[in-house]
Amino acid sequence: MKTIKWGKGPLFSPPDPFGFRKNQKDMDRSLRVKTTTVDRVVDEYIKDGCYIASGGFGTNRIPTALLHEIVRKKKKDLSFAGHTSTHDYQILINGECIKRVDAAYIVGLEARGLSTSARKAHENGLIELCEWSNASLAWRFSAGARGIPFFPTYVNLGTDTFEYSAACVVECPYTGKPVSLVPALNPDVALIHVHRADETGNCEIEGITVADTDIAAASRTTIVTCEEMVSADYFRRNPNRTTIPWFCVDAVIQVPNGSYPGNMPGIYFSDEAHLREWLEAEKDEKKLKDFMNKYIYSTKCFEEYVEKCGGKKRIEELRKKELTGDILNG
Amino acid sequence: MARAIAEKPWNIMKGIQMSGYNKMELMLSAASRVLKNGSMVIVGTGAPCAAAMLAQKSHAPDMTVIFEAGGVGPQLPTMPISVGDSRTFHKGIMATSMDDIMSMLQRGAVDTCFIGGAQIDMYGNINSTVIGDYNHPKVRLPGSGGANDLASLCWNSVCMTVHSSRRFVRKLDFVTTPGYLEGRGSREKEGLPPGSGPLSVITDLCIMGFDANSKRMVVSSIHQGVTKEEITRNTGFDLLWAEDIAETPGPGKKELDILGNEVDPMGYIISKPII
Repeated sequence: MKTIKWGKGPLFSPPDPFGFRKNQKDMDRSLRVKTTTVDRVVDEYIKDGCYIASGGFGTNRIPTALLHEIVRKKKKDLSFAGHTSTHDYQILINGECIKRVDAAYIVGLEARGLSTSARKAHENGLIELCEWSNASLAWRFSAGARGIPFFPTYVNLGTDTFEYSAACVVECPYTGKPVSLVPALNPDVALIHVHRADETGNCEIEGITVADTDIAAASRTTIVTCEEMVSADYFRRNPNRTTIPWFCVDAVIQVPNGSYPGNMPGIYFSDEAHLREWLEAEKDEKKLKDFMNKYIYSTKCFEEYVEKCGGKKRIEELRKKELTGDILNG
Repeated sequence: MARAIAEKPWNIMKGIQMSGYNKMELMLSAASRVLKNGSMVIVGTGAPCAAAMLAQKSHAPDMTVIFEAGGVGPQLPTMPISVGDSRTFHKGIMATSMDDIMSMLQRGAVDTCFIGGAQIDMYGNINSTVIGDYNHPKVRLPGSGGANDLASLCWNSVCMTVHSSRRFVRKLDFVTTPGYLEGRGSREKEGLPPGSGPLSVITDLCIMGFDANSKRMVVSSIHQGVTKEEITRNTGFDLLWAEDIAETPGPGKKELDILGNEVDPMGYIISKPII
């Protein structure tokens, strides 16, 4: 297979399918109980400098409790898979936890605007970058989950997005035409929030799965938070419910409202007013410091954060908004 | 009543137009007409989503809307805030994965996508990554997101944007998303799927297509009250002009009613000044 060209971006996590197989071989695949706490799991698995992937879609079904704990514990120099990362990335950037990012979508919060902190971090050159697109990053996880070194695609060809990526273009051995190869990505740790899980880590996600089934399978360690704990029987009664199976999961913690201030499909809508508060606080350094102190550093746990943001009353409003498809976006 | 609320801010800012519609309504109507009944279209939030909803509620009831995060065929109760929020599969036909959606695009099953960005050039290439030098950016923007994927893989792409010389530039600071790259044949040469590429650029001044030979941007219709000089002044590169330039047909009463009462009753899009 002839290589036509290489992107010049840095490859933060080179494909190592056989190394990953070895990691899989050494795993305990028994149906053991994996329940733990947010505090403990971050101490145990999030090491300074490790590569993490966050599930969901930026402000939708995100593992907020784990992200806050990483900030609270002042984890440093993390590499991050930025596949439509929005509020998840914003949390880690404001905690100054990130050193490297594989960027498909960073800095922005979609229609809500740009994160001043994320912009500053990048414009001041504080973060090493490699460019990708949402599909190329999703397919990097796919390759990682499939135990193969790369995934052939027709995206990114002919653009600077390719030039600043770590992909390569080869001559396809079958068609003779150019095709882009994106390298497998096997993160050290995946953080995923789901609707339901049992004690062994079987998970059910309602609605879109985004890239989470591949992320869970591709990662060396997968930590799951869930809205609700269910019995193993819940899955045995209907095995189609298992979106992510226990053998892809290393730890599970029940965190009700765990995607707040993000949206949790079918349960609560995103708290747009609070997300605006984040964007607003970032515009002034002093305000941001107070904001981070108030909501994260001086807050013991995620439950206290939700309490500070209006607690049950606010969640109930967001629940109503989610269930009625309320047209008032605020 | 809802319609009266929707029109207010716009009317204060620009004055009520004789034609009875504003430029955003005109853009949405033009964009919706590109979309065919029975087709599949992938959209983002905001104006593209409104255009798709208008098409569904007027001439294309059997058009399917999909979202890159996995939502397929929702009955949108209102416009989503995120292309991955729960509205993107509200009463949908399928809730799937990004891999599945992007694979549909790659195998040629999706007709049209909408693309936006900070800069666009004469071949319809788009920048949404950085303003200024890549290594020392003046402004770091979000990057491709799904834009590169959509414009690489869908059969057609449509760009809705404000017409200004700051956006319509001779040379992009960064080519995030492919249009016709360097002109005729260059998409194919780079390996992008043959027969795919930008179809239309819809702005607040005019509608442009792409010349069959050079693949350069060509003005095909001009909005009511806009002059050629105004378009030239707001474009940073040389445009081609179609031989039979028409006036862009405005939205009819039915379209305006649908936009104001069903698609965007709160006026989030149709009442926002175009900047």
